[in-house]
Amino acid sequence: MVRIIDRRFDSKKKSTANRQRFMRRFKRQIRKAVADAIDGRSIRDLDSGEEISIPSKDLSEPSFQHGKEGIWEQVFTGNDRFASGDGIDRPMGGGGSGGGGGASNEGESEDDFVFQLSRDEFLDVFFDDLALPNLVRTELAKLTEYKTQRAGFTSDGVPTNINVVRSLRGAIGRRKALGAPLAARVREIDAEIEALEADTADHLDELAALREERSRLLIRIEAIPFIDRFDLRYNNRIRIPKPITQAVMFCVMDVSGSMDEQKKATGKRFFMLLYLFLRRNYEHIDVVFIRHHTIAKEVDEDEFFHSRESGGTVVSSALRLMTDIVRDRYPPGAWNVYGAQASDGDNWDNDSPICHDILDQELLALCRYFAYIEITTGEPQNLWRQYEGLTGHHPNFALQRIESLEDIYPVFRELFKKEPG
Amino acid sequence: MSDTTVASKKLPSGAEWTFEAIGQYHEEIARVAANYKLDTYPVQVEMITSEQMMDAYASVGMPVNYHHWSFGKQFLATERRYKRGQMGLAYEIVINSDPCIAYLMEENTLTMQALVIAHAAYGHNAFFKGNYLFRTWTSPDAIVDYLIFARNYIAQCEQRHGVDAVEELLDSCHALMNVGVDRYKRPPKLSLLKEQARQSERETYLQRQVNELWRTLPTRSTTDTKEESPRFPPEPQENILYFIEKHAPLLEPWQREIVRIVRKVAQYFFPQRQTQVMNEGWASFWHYTLLNTLYDEGLLADSFMLEFLHSHSSVMYQPNYNDPWYNGINPYALGFAMWQDIKRICESPTDEDREWFPDIAGSNWQETFDFAMRNFKDESFIAQFLSPRLMRAFKLFAVQDDDKKNKLFVSAIHEERGYRELRERLSNQYNLGCREPNIQVWSVDFRGDRSLTLRYQPYNRRPLGKSVEEVMKHLARLWGFAVRLETVEPNGSTTLTYECRKEKRRGDAKEKTSND
Repeated sequence: MVRIIDRRFDSKKKSTANRQRFMRRFKRQIRKAVADAIDGRSIRDLDSGEEISIPSKDLSEPSFQHGKEGIWEQVFTGNDRFASGDGIDRPMGGGGSGGGGGASNEGESEDDFVFQLSRDEFLDVFFDDLALPNLVRTELAKLTEYKTQRAGFTSDGVPTNINVVRSLRGAIGRRKALGAPLAARVREIDAEIEALEADTADHLDELAALREERSRLLIRIEAIPFIDRFDLRYNNRIRIPKPITQAVMFCVMDVSGSMDEQKKATGKRFFMLLYLFLRRNYEHIDVVFIRHHTIAKEVDEDEFFHSRESGGTVVSSALRLMTDIVRDRYPPGAWNVYGAQASDGDNWDNDSPICHDILDQELLALCRYFAYIEITTGEPQNLWRQYEGLTGHHPNFALQRIESLEDIYPVFRELFKKEPG
Repeated sequence: MSDTTVASKKLPSGAEWTFEAIGQYHEEIARVAANYKLDTYPVQVEMITSEQMMDAYASVGMPVNYHHWSFGKQFLATERRYKRGQMGLAYEIVINSDPCIAYLMEENTLTMQALVIAHAAYGHNAFFKGNYLFRTWTSPDAIVDYLIFARNYIAQCEQRHGVDAVEELLDSCHALMNVGVDRYKRPPKLSLLKEQARQSERETYLQRQVNELWRTLPTRSTTDTKEESPRFPPEPQENILYFIEKHAPLLEPWQREIVRIVRKVAQYFFPQRQTQVMNEGWASFWHYTLLNTLYDEGLLADSFMLEFLHSHSSVMYQPNYNDPWYNGINPYALGFAMWQDIKRICESPTDEDREWFPDIAGSNWQETFDFAMRNFKDESFIAQFLSPRLMRAFKLFAVQDDDKKNKLFVSAIHEERGYRELRERLSNQYNLGCREPNIQVWSVDFRGDRSLTLRYQPYNRRPLGKSVEEVMKHLARLWGFAVRLETVEPNGSTTLTYECRKEKRRGDAKEKTSND
C-alpha cells in the first residue's frame, strides 16, 4: 500500500525565509521604490501593498555562457518552405527564430523584475524610515476585525474566481460586436438573393457570386473566437474593517514659497503617520486639507500636495478656517477632531501671537489632539516660541522640530501613550 | 447484475479526490506498472497546497534546501505569475530519492492526481532508478539527509560568520555551479552520518594540505625559477568549484565546506540537465500507456479518459517554428514521440526502419525500452533512436547562423540526404559540451603572484557572453588573488580575455582575524 502523506497543514511559508533574504538583499532598491510610492499615494492609502520593480540587471545571477556570435546551429520544427541549402534573411531584432543561443541561455530580458510587496512589508519599510519603535509598529499595523464583501468584478485573478456568467456575457457582446457588420452584410445578401430569385430573368452568375460571398462571411462569423482571455471576469472580494467610531483629521500646511518639495514630502509622511494612528481607533475618518499662505483655503489632497504658491505667510488664517469648519461640519460631540500642522516656521511677525490665542482659547478646546511640526534646520522663529508657551496648559498639544524623518515619531509619543491598553 | 459488477469494478470518477480514491488509483497503476516490469523505488505520495508547490519550485524542487535570496526571487516570480493567472503550476514535482517522493497538488482534480501518479511516481521513478547517469551521479537514498545537513550547516555558518559573509560566498559559488560538476568521475557516496563524522576531520586536513601547498612560497625573486617550477595543477581541471574547494589559498574551513555543498547539489542535478527529453518522454509514455491499459481493462470512466487525453495532448503540443507560441522543441513532445516510435519500430517495422535500426526492428519492445532507458542520455538517445519517420512527422530542419555570413543557411531538412546530418545537429543541441562553454582550470602561478588562470576552448568560434566579467569577479573573490581567463585561438595560441586583479587584501585579513 502506498504511503500518502498529507503535508497541507505543515508549516506553510517555507519560502518566507528566502523571501526575507531577497528583501534584505535588495533593501536599498525596495526603500527607494517605497519612497516613490509614498509620494504618489494618497495619505489614506496605506492599507495595500505595492508593486516593486527592480532592474533585472541588479539581480542577475551570472554564469559562464556563450555570447551570440560565432556559429550556431539549431533545429526547428514545422518546415513548410525550406529546402536544404536555402538562405534566409536574418530576422530583425534577433526574435524567436533567430538561431542564437536559445537552446541554452535563459532569455536576457531587459524588463524589470516586478513583485508584490505585501501591506505589512510595505508598512515595515515605511516605519523603518520613520524610526518607529517596534511596539508601536505592531500596534499600528494591527488590523481590527474585517469582513469580506463583494466588490464587483476584475479582469485579472485566479481561475477559481472566474465569474462564468459575466465572462460569457462579455464574450457574447464581443462576438456580436465583431460579427455585426458581417451579419448585416449577410442579411443584405439574403435580401438580394431573394430578389434575384424572384426575378424571372436569368441571374445564375450573380447568384453564385452572392452565395459564395455569403458562405465566406459565415465562415468569418464562425471564426470569431467563442471566448477570449479578454472576456474573462473574476469575482472581486474586498475586506473592510468593521466600523467603530468616526474622526476628522485636519491637515494644515504652509504652501508659501519657502516650503520646497522636500519639506512637503516630510510633511506628507507626518500626515500619513497620524492617519495610521487614527485608523487604529476609528473606522471612519474624514480628512480635511487646508493650505495657506496669506489666506487659507480648503482643497483636495492633490492640490494640497502639488500646487505651489508664493508670497508671505499668515498662519492664523488657516487656524481660523479650521475653527470655522469644525463648528460648521464636525461638531465635537459627534466627531473626534485631530489637527496636524506642518510648516517651515515662517510667519508674519504680528500674526504669531494671534495664532497662539486662537489655539489657546478656541481651537484646542475643540480638538482631541493637535500636533505641530516645524520642518526646518534653522533657528526657531517667533511662531515656535509662541507655540511653546501652549504646551504647559494643554496636554493635547504637541510640537516638534523636524530635521529628518526620524524626528517625526516623538510627536506621536504622547498621543500613543494616551490610548489605554 | 452484471451491470453492478462492472460499476463496482470501475475506479471512482468525478473531479473531487479523496485519499481513498487516490489509494485505489495508485494500487491499480502500481499493478499495471509491475505487469510492464517497471522497476521503481518505493513510492511516497505527498499532498501539498499550491503555495507549497511554489515553495518547492523556489528551492529548485527540493523538499529542504538552504536559504538564499535567489530562491526568494524565484518564489516571487512564480507567485506573481500564478496569482495573475498567467501560468498554471506544474502538475507535479518528483524527487529523485529513495523512497521516491511525488508531490500532488491539492487543487488538482482526481484525474490529474491519477495522471501525476502514473507520470511521476512510476514514469520518472523508474527512470531515476534505471538510467546510468542517475545511478552514477546521484545517491537517492542520501540526498534528503544531505540537504538537511547542508541547511543546518549553512545556518550555523550564518550565525557564526554573519548572513552577509555567507550570502556573498553562496553568490560566488552559484555563479560557478555549472562548472562545478565532475563530468567523468564518480563522486563518493553521500551519507548524513559519514558526512557529519568526517566533516571536522576534513576541515583540519584540508586546511593543512592547503598550507602545505602555500608553504613553499619562497620570497626570492621568481625570474630564475620560472622554467623549473612544476606545473600546478599537473593536468587541466574541469571542475572549477572542486579546485577552489581543495586549493583556494585563503578560504576558511567553513567556506570550503559551503563550496563543497554547492558543488554536491550541482552534481545532483547534473543528470537531470542531460536527460530532459528522454526522461519527460519516458514518463509521458508510461502515463499514457498505464492509463490506457487501465481503460482497456474497463476500470476508467469515459469522462476520466476525456479529461486525461485533453491534458495529455495540451502538454504534448509542438508548435511550428513560425507559430507565435513557438519556444523551441518541446521536450515532452519529442520524447514522447520518440518512445512511441521505438515501440512501433519494435512491433511493426517498415523497410526503412529495418535499414536504419537493424538491431531493434522487430525486437521485444519492453527489452529494447529497458536497454535504451538505462544506457543513454538525450544526446546519445537522439543520435541513436531518432528515426527518419519522426523527422518527417516533426518536419525538422536545421538552420545555421554564422555571424560571418549575411544570411542564415538551411543546412539540412527532413529528406533522404538530410536525415543523418539533421539527427546529428539535434543531438548536438542537447550535448552539454556544446551548450555550455568549455572552461577549465589551466594553471596557478604559485611561485609568483599566486594568480589562477582558466582556459576557454571556444566551440564554433563562439565567444563568451557578457556575464563572464561578473563570474570572474566571483571567482576572484573565492580564489583571493588575481584570476585570468585565456581563450585558445583556432591557431593554438592563447589570448588573455579577462583579468580580475584582487587588491583589497586588507578586508580579507581583517575578516580572517575576527573569525579565529
